[in-house]
Amino acid sequence: MRILFKTSYNDDIRLFPDRWTLAVYAALLALAVLLPMLLDEFYIGEVTNVLIWAVAGLGLMLLTGQTGQVSLGHAAFLAIGCYTNTILIEAGLPFIVAFPLAGVITGIVGGIIAIPALRLHGIYLAIATIALSILADDIIVLLDPWTGGVSGKFPAVITIFGLEIERWTMPVRFYYLVLVVTMICTLFYRNLLRAPLGRAFAAVRDSEVSATAMGVHIARTKVKAFGLSCMITGWAGTLMGYYAGAFNNETFSLVISITLLMMIVIGGLGSIHGAFFGAVVVAFLPQALSIAKGAMIGGSVAIPGLETGVFGLILILFILFEPMGLYGRWLKIRTWFELFPFARKDMFRRQKSYLKTERLR
Amino acid sequence: MSLLEIKEATLKFGGVVAVNNLSLSVEEGEVYAIVGPNGAGKSTVFNLISRFYQPFSGSITFDGQNLLDRAPDQVADLGIARTFQNIELFDHATVLQNLLVGRHRHRKTSLVEELFFAPRVRREEIAHREAVEEVVDFLDLQPYRDKMIAGLPYGVRKVVELGRALATGPKLLLLDEPASGLSVEETQDMRWWIDDIRKQMGITVLMVEHDMGLVSSVSDRVLALADGAKLAEGTPAEVQADPAVIEAYLGVGAV
Repeated sequence: MRILFKTSYNDDIRLFPDRWTLAVYAALLALAVLLPMLLDEFYIGEVTNVLIWAVAGLGLMLLTGQTGQVSLGHAAFLAIGCYTNTILIEAGLPFIVAFPLAGVITGIVGGIIAIPALRLHGIYLAIATIALSILADDIIVLLDPWTGGVSGKFPAVITIFGLEIERWTMPVRFYYLVLVVTMICTLFYRNLLRAPLGRAFAAVRDSEVSATAMGVHIARTKVKAFGLSCMITGWAGTLMGYYAGAFNNETFSLVISITLLMMIVIGGLGSIHGAFFGAVVVAFLPQALSIAKGAMIGGSVAIPGLETGVFGLILILFILFEPMGLYGRWLKIRTWFELFPFARKDMFRRQKSYLKTERLR
Repeated sequence: MSLLEIKEATLKFGGVVAVNNLSLSVEEGEVYAIVGPNGAGKSTVFNLISRFYQPFSGSITFDGQNLLDRAPDQVADLGIARTFQNIELFDHATVLQNLLVGRHRHRKTSLVEELFFAPRVRREEIAHREAVEEVVDFLDLQPYRDKMIAGLPYGVRKVVELGRALATGPKLLLLDEPASGLSVEETQDMRWWIDDIRKQMGITVLMVEHDMGLVSSVSDRVLALADGAKLAEGTPAEVQADPAVIEAYLGVGAV
């Protein structure tokens, strides 16, 4: 067991609490940078997919895990980011400007949509945002002149200072682009968590009444959470568009929204690790399933709804047996080793909260 | 001039009159207690001051400013902090994070600065932390700094909630039943803390409490409420001896 001696308040604020953690993450980064030398291009593509899902997961995690607002409409924001980026590049902006701008525009749109939506709580907000997912499909078709409607669009070629990046012919370059975006989003997320806004998010999630009494403006905080969440989601959507190579009104469907929500629940709500763990599951499960299916009953037999069924089953099992998700499981395993042989079975059992103050107003 | 002044406030929920033409004034530097049977409207008075409820008529002024002009989230900015009867902490955050939320009204940084964690954000964070550490020292919360609220015993949560209110740096502290559910020793601690809050920090305290032992030992003045209206006001001994108060608690003919 490591013991930390803190000598200044900075020790609690810095990104890495100690040298050991810094070394672990530096090693992880080095591995990520060197990965193209270790894996062939197919697997680099798969890892890229994981990272893109992780960015999308970070976006939703900020809203659902951190601020406690469930959204089933995030596929719409993926779409907004994706289309905005392509349209901006077609309008002549360079990628390096269009890409950040696409995220910011998605964030602003998200913030505006949030103003009426956030009067709703819990399950009602989820239902209202489902409508958003469904509407996005129709709106894309209606805006045919800009979006290409049903026939869809191809993402514009990425050129950063003369360097071309294309997902199919240059997967390694695309991988590095996604890696950089992932790192920036993760850093933003971390920064928010250690700043007053991140704490305000948690305050809104856990008790709106006392957050108000502490001077937190609930609606404004939720709009900020929605905006920031949509910004990151917009970036993820752009990358998803590039990864798919083509997109139309059906690419960002309600199923994507549900998968996203499922992903962060399986990964572990309210943690950055959770978004990444969940992304690994979501990105690799279809492959793992088809390999398993091929081994058991032969690859040629199609089983409709297999993937959705297995996803659903996994989700139910997680909610029943590990509500803290994969990250929670990982924490438990780590603690068991750190404290060996003193770990107790009930260490992570939390007391149910006491009486809640009756809903005011 | 009184620090907090409520004049002829009335609040009705449908046909129920929760607060009936109530006037009270809290002077700077005193401990003012509100007592009364269940359903007398004590917590409702707090919710009026916190602006969670809008009175039908009457006025509330704090420090010379009209409180009724303010939104609920602006009350803390004026220097009013409160605790809740049933503990409303942020359960999935650590004690430190809870206390730091108390510093929310003192933040000066913008969203973009926080996103990039500009040097100013770090400086501010350290300043907030120093302020919070004073509260931690005052309330002996050192062992719990990094503990999740969800895993803490009731008594400690009560203290953390008091700490969070103190971290806002208030002029007026509203304590809604600070001793409910506490053991004898914990109640004793709470009594010393309330004394110190008034004497060392110079914070005015307005509290709702059922424990008459605590009320009579810390408060300067007591207001007895029944059915939303004032029964008696005065020193703890005066109020306890008041026939109307005895009648409200024990019924007619008990004396």
